[in-house]
This record gives sequence, C-alpha cells and structure tokens, in this order.
Amino acid sequence: MKYFHLIWAALFRRKTRTILTLVSIIAAFLLFGLLDAVRVSFAEAGQSANGAERLQTGARLSFIQPLPQGLGAQIAAVPGVKDVAYVNWFGGAYQDPHNQVFTFAVSPNYLDIYPEVQVAPEQRKAFDTTQDGILVGELIMQKYGWKIGDKIPLQSQIFPDKSGSKNWNFQVVGVMSSKDQKAFQSQMIMLHWKNFDETTPYNRGQVGWYVSRVTDVNQSDRIAKAIDALSANSDHETKTQSEQAATQNWVKQMADIGLIVTSIMGAVFFTLVLLTGNTMMQAVRERTSELAVLKTIGFSSTSVLALVLAESVLLLLLGGVIGLSLVSLLAPILTSQSGGMITHASVGAGSWAMGIGLAVAIGIVIGLLPAMRAMRLNIVDALAGR
Amino acid sequence: MNFLIGLAIFVAAILGVVIFLALPWLGMLVLLVLLALWMALTRRGRQTASVAAVGVSTLTQRLGSSAVIVIGIAGVVAVLVAMLAMANGYRETLRRTGSEDTAIVLRGASSAEVSSVLEHDAAVVITQAPGIARDDSGKPIVSPELVVAANLPMRGGDPDKDFGSVQLRGIGDQAWKLRPNAKIIAGRKFEPGKYELVAGKGAQRQFAGLEPGKQIKLGNQTWTVAGIFASNDAMDSELWADAQIVGPAYRRGSSSTSVFAKLTSPAAFAPFKAALSSDPRLQVDVTTTLEYFSKQSEGTSKAITVIGIVVGFIMAIGAVFGALNTMFAAVATRAREIATLRAIGFRGLPVVMAIMLETMLLALVGGVLGGAIAWLIFNGYTASTLAAGTTGQLTFEFNVAPSVLWVGLKWALAIGFIGGLFPAVRAARLPVTTALREL
Repeated sequence: MKYFHLIWAALFRRKTRTILTLVSIIAAFLLFGLLDAVRVSFAEAGQSANGAERLQTGARLSFIQPLPQGLGAQIAAVPGVKDVAYVNWFGGAYQDPHNQVFTFAVSPNYLDIYPEVQVAPEQRKAFDTTQDGILVGELIMQKYGWKIGDKIPLQSQIFPDKSGSKNWNFQVVGVMSSKDQKAFQSQMIMLHWKNFDETTPYNRGQVGWYVSRVTDVNQSDRIAKAIDALSANSDHETKTQSEQAATQNWVKQMADIGLIVTSIMGAVFFTLVLLTGNTMMQAVRERTSELAVLKTIGFSSTSVLALVLAESVLLLLLGGVIGLSLVSLLAPILTSQSGGMITHASVGAGSWAMGIGLAVAIGIVIGLLPAMRAMRLNIVDALAGR
Repeated sequence: MNFLIGLAIFVAAILGVVIFLALPWLGMLVLLVLLALWMALTRRGRQTASVAAVGVSTLTQRLGSSAVIVIGIAGVVAVLVAMLAMANGYRETLRRTGSEDTAIVLRGASSAEVSSVLEHDAAVVITQAPGIARDDSGKPIVSPELVVAANLPMRGGDPDKDFGSVQLRGIGDQAWKLRPNAKIIAGRKFEPGKYELVAGKGAQRQFAGLEPGKQIKLGNQTWTVAGIFASNDAMDSELWADAQIVGPAYRRGSSSTSVFAKLTSPAAFAPFKAALSSDPRLQVDVTTTLEYFSKQSEGTSKAITVIGIVVGFIMAIGAVFGALNTMFAAVATRAREIATLRAIGFRGLPVVMAIMLETMLLALVGGVLGGAIAWLIFNGYTASTLAAGTTGQLTFEFNVAPSVLWVGLKWALAIGFIGGLFPAVRAARLPVTTALREL
C-alpha cells in the first residue's frame, strides 16, 4: 500500500493514453453489467421463495387447452394443498390489436395465493364487489397513465361477448404493486373469472390453468404427481409443475440468453485484453530507464514485477468499478424501456463480484507480460538504452 | 481559437459518422472515385499520396499497435453483423412463408392464427369467394386449417421436464397444392383419417423423437410420424396432420383457425377481400400472407436489431478510444518526421488526409475481418425462439446478407474516421519548431 502513490503516478504518466484506455475499459464493463443484469433478470424469473410453493396445473395436451372447472375441488382435496385458484388467458389488447397487455381472468381467491402482491384493502374490497372491476399492475398504470375509477376499453383477441363484439369495458378499481416491482402481476391486468365466463359464450365454465399453494415445499413433487393422477387417462390429462420450473421452461424456449450473453462478452473481453495489453506494453517500454533506476536504488526484481502488475490491475479495477456504477445508474431506464421484458435489472452482489473478479483476472493477464519484462530488466543495458 | 477548432473537429466527426452510416454503396463509390481523382490530379493530392505511402509502409513495424485498431473494430463488426444477421434471418424466414398471391382469412380482430376461430360454415362460405385459383380438376385451392399447440420433449433435454411448445397444424389435401415449396424429404405424407403426422425439418431438429416411423405421444394419444417435410420457411417449425383428426383430438370439432386461399393473381386480392368483408354471414379479417407473416416478424426482429445496435454502439465506443490511443501514439512517434515534412513545404491538409487514410485502411481491414468472422461462424447458424403470434418454437437461420455486411463495413469506417481525425489534426497543428525539438 505504501507504493500506491508510485503506482498511481506511473498510471497517469501519460494522461491521454490512460484516459483513452480507461474509457475503453469502462465501455466493456458497462456492457458486461448491462448484459449480466439481463441474464440475471431472466435467470431469476419466477424464482422467488413464494414461487417454489406454488404449483401450476395445465392441460398436458398443450397450454392453450382448457380444463374443466370441477377439477378445482378435486385438487383442493389433495392432501398438502392449501389453496387452489384458477386463471384464464384473456388475450387483452389496448387501443391497437397488436398492442398486447397481459390480461387474466382470475378466481376470487387468486390474490391470496400471491401474498407478495400488494393491493390496498379498500381497493381489494372494491374489486371483490365490482363486477366489471379490474386490478391493474403498477407498471401498466404508469405506462398508460390510468387512474383509479377510469373506464378502460380492452379488446380481447380471442373472446367475443354475447353480441359478438370483442370490445370489453372495464373499470379500474385498484393497483397491484409489489416490492421492487418484481412480481409479474406488476405488469398485468386482472379481471373476474365469473364476469369473463358469463360475458363470453365461448368459455362455458372452463379454466385455463390452476395455481395451487402447498403447505410444505418439500412435498411439492409428491403433490404434483397426486394432482396429475386425478385426471390420468381422462380426456383432460394435466401436467403439474412448480411455478419456478414453468417459468424457466418458458425462458429457455424464448432464447438461450446465457449463451448469447456469454458469446458477446467473450468477444468484448478478448478485444479488451488485446487493447489494454498493448497499452501496458507501451507504458512499460517507454519507462524502461525509469524502471532501471528503481532497481538501482534497491527495488528487488519481484517488487518491480508487483508494481507493474498492480498498475494494470488498478487500471482495470478503475474502469470496472466506474463501468458497473454507470450500469446501476442506467438500470432503471433499461427496466422501463424494455416494455416488460426485463422486470428487475440491477447490478446485484453477484454481478459486482464477478465484474471485479474479471477485472483483476484480466489485469493480471495483460500485466503479466510487461511485468516479466520489467522484472528481467538488466540494469546496465536498460540505463544504456540498449 | 483553440476552442473553435475543437468545436469544428467535433462537428466534422459527427458529420463524418452520419455520412458514413447513411451513405448507400453508390455514394461511397462516388466518394472513393473523387478521392482517387483528387490524389492523382492535384498537387496536394499527390502530396497526400506520398505521405500516406510512407505511413502504410511503416505499418509492419507497428504491427502490435495497428492490430489494436484492426481487432478492436473486427470485434465490433463481428458482434453487430451477427445480431443483424439474426434479425434478418428471422424476418426473412417469416417473409418467405407468405406470398402476394395467397390470402389468409382470420376471424375479425384476431392478431394471430391461434387466437382465431372460424366455424365450419364460415370456412365453406370463404371457399366460394371470387378470385380463388383452381387446380387441374377444377377444385378451388383453399385450405381451412386448424392450428393448435402441442407439447413435446425438447431434444437433448430431460424428457420429463424439458417440454417445448410446437405448433400442430391440421390441414386438408389442398394445403400441399397451396404451398408447393413444402416437399417430403424423408418418409411419406400422413394418411388422412389416421393418427399420423409429418414434421418440419426445423421441428425435427428442435424436438426429440420426430423420426419417420417412430411414435410420439401428444396428450394421451399416440401419433405416428409418417415423414419429414422441408419448405424452407416458418412452416418448417410445425407439425402437420389431418384436420379431421386434429379437430376431435383437441376438442375443436370441425372448426378451423384460419383459411388460406391461393388467388388467381395478386390483383385478385382486392375483390376477394371486398367480397368477404361485405358478406353479412362473416366477420373476418383478410390479408395477404406476405403482409400477415411480415407483420408477425416485426416486433421480434426490431427488438433484436435494437439490441444489436446498442451492444455494437457501446463496443464501438471502446473501439474508437482504442483507435484514438493507437493513432495518437503513432503520430507521436512520427512527430519529427511529420514536422520535417511540413518544414520542407508540405501543407497541413495532406498530413491530415494521409493519417486519416492510414486509419481508415486499418479500419477497413478490421471491418472485413469482422464481417468474415461473422459470416464464417454464423451464416446458416440455426437458432430458435418462441415466435410472436404463434404458440410454438420458430426455427430460423442466421442470414449474413450483403446488406448486413455493408452495414458492418460502414460502422467500421465510421469508427476509423473518428479514431483518425483527432490524431491527424493534432499532427498537423503541432508547431513545427516544437515538434522538431521533440524526441
């Protein structure tokens, strides 16, 4: 540590070069932070502690196939199931048929299954008593600037009402919020399943899927099998999995995010290593005589090696920390601009640790060659400029 | 004064980038010809050429630092081209699926096939619309189709857990005539009336067990895979079976989700649409398949393009500073040489132009290298995603088209332009006396 000022001075010996290199490093780590935030956001999808104790039961045939409503009571009777809610896909769109909004028709007890979703008690009450009431996620409220009490027309892409019109009118009675807007309900609209079923002639008491909450997470595999056994060999066989597994399955089908992120980062860091490596080589080459002086006045070869290595690691760390801090500033913008794709972008402890680890590792890799050169320096030759 | 010059350079840099990014290839060609003429015909041009020749001939001595520019830019271009090729491949795959002389009829306000329902009667009415082409035996080439989603285990995944969604299309006999590019490449067509299906080659690559002669389970029914078909478009990601079997199996009865019709010509679309729209028995949306499938690709390909440009832009910032660094160092080591040139009468402009030319040359090499890497690795690379507007996986190939490579090359030149401009101006503005004294 007592040599810190020496390293610092060496680093900023040529200000332009160091600053230019620093900006490149910052750009690389900025990219790393952003991509890692995206990766983590996808990897974490549905992985809340509450998510593990929820089971989703859908038709085995395919997710668009409905299930009979009577199955709900049977599921509730399975030992270990605390509560069962049911949901239908409504397929809502606002203003333009292509402007989709996640809209679900849900059973009255749906919110009890999702304790992480917060609705003010009086709004919950209003929802329970208003037939055409909807609860709207806070992000959607912000996006369209709706207020409580607004009448909202939504187009269903699938279900017409009795007169054949696919325009449905709803009344916003409450807002669903969650901590850090992490729950997916922050980006969806909920209407009453009863209202839905009575208005459209096409549903006829069917249910899209069931969500059940189990009393003991460790029993969920057994419970899932027991639920599927209820409908085995019928014309509506089901497939039950934990909410976590179901979400991950969707993400995996969307794209192999991990692979894309890793390959882009590979290209970025490979370029970075070459770029900064060249800078460090330059820096050491033009300081040959200074390093020789250091050795002359008693610095050992290993401490010269350490000095140069520390310089390159410091350079990378500086760039890495600034880059990742920039991501923390940019993350909220990313979240709001992604239109619901990325729910919670931020630089978590894991990303910080990985970023700093990478900075140190790259610093050592690029510093090693110049540092070895500095260590092997022959004082007489170096001072003579040979 | 200094501030004004700085500002002027900054404006020049922005202008240069805008010009490079907006220029079509013809404009670039004109620019090149003009430059060549200037260098060959005017005195300053010839000076530029000779200074640039000196710079280029010493490049080999600065291989390490020149490589920073080349590789930095190659990295940017490779990533950018790969992302754009992905968006392009996705868009092309869907666009190829449609054509101007086939129409798709969906229930009104349904944005996609899966959310549409057409009762049997409606499908029959649509069949009688004017403008529909007829086959040799005089039957109209119309295909009411039923699209549903099916769950199948993914290839290479855990067969109990890793299920993917695939689109199962129930078709009639006319569907094959409607899509002449769909050909059986292995096995045979499914037999009507049986639990048999054919799988697209994209679906075959994505899901386990889709081999001719094998049996798969959809729900509690067992289907036989009769064959594999290839159509080289989005249909490749689907399974096709007899609509008469799919309907009851998925409890859809005799309804369909969409009706495809082959028209006598693209011009027949307007009367066809008018006839269906004005029919009081129907409430349907009619579009050409070209428009329908192009629209399906819009959102996703735009999203991929935006991601590619954002990532490319951040990488480009890194590359610009790498190039600046290298060129500043190159100018510094040649400071004396440049000052000597100016002392014996070379003007500032040739010096600026020569350094710019050198940087742009390196950038060009980087751009070509990056494009070549992206082309070698990614052209024809198969990827898949959950497609918007469908319920299944869509398999598509990356398409490194010339237009995509051209964009990458323009980016490379723009990066080279900024990276060379500032060092060049510094070299030209350094007072001759100071530079001569400098070591």
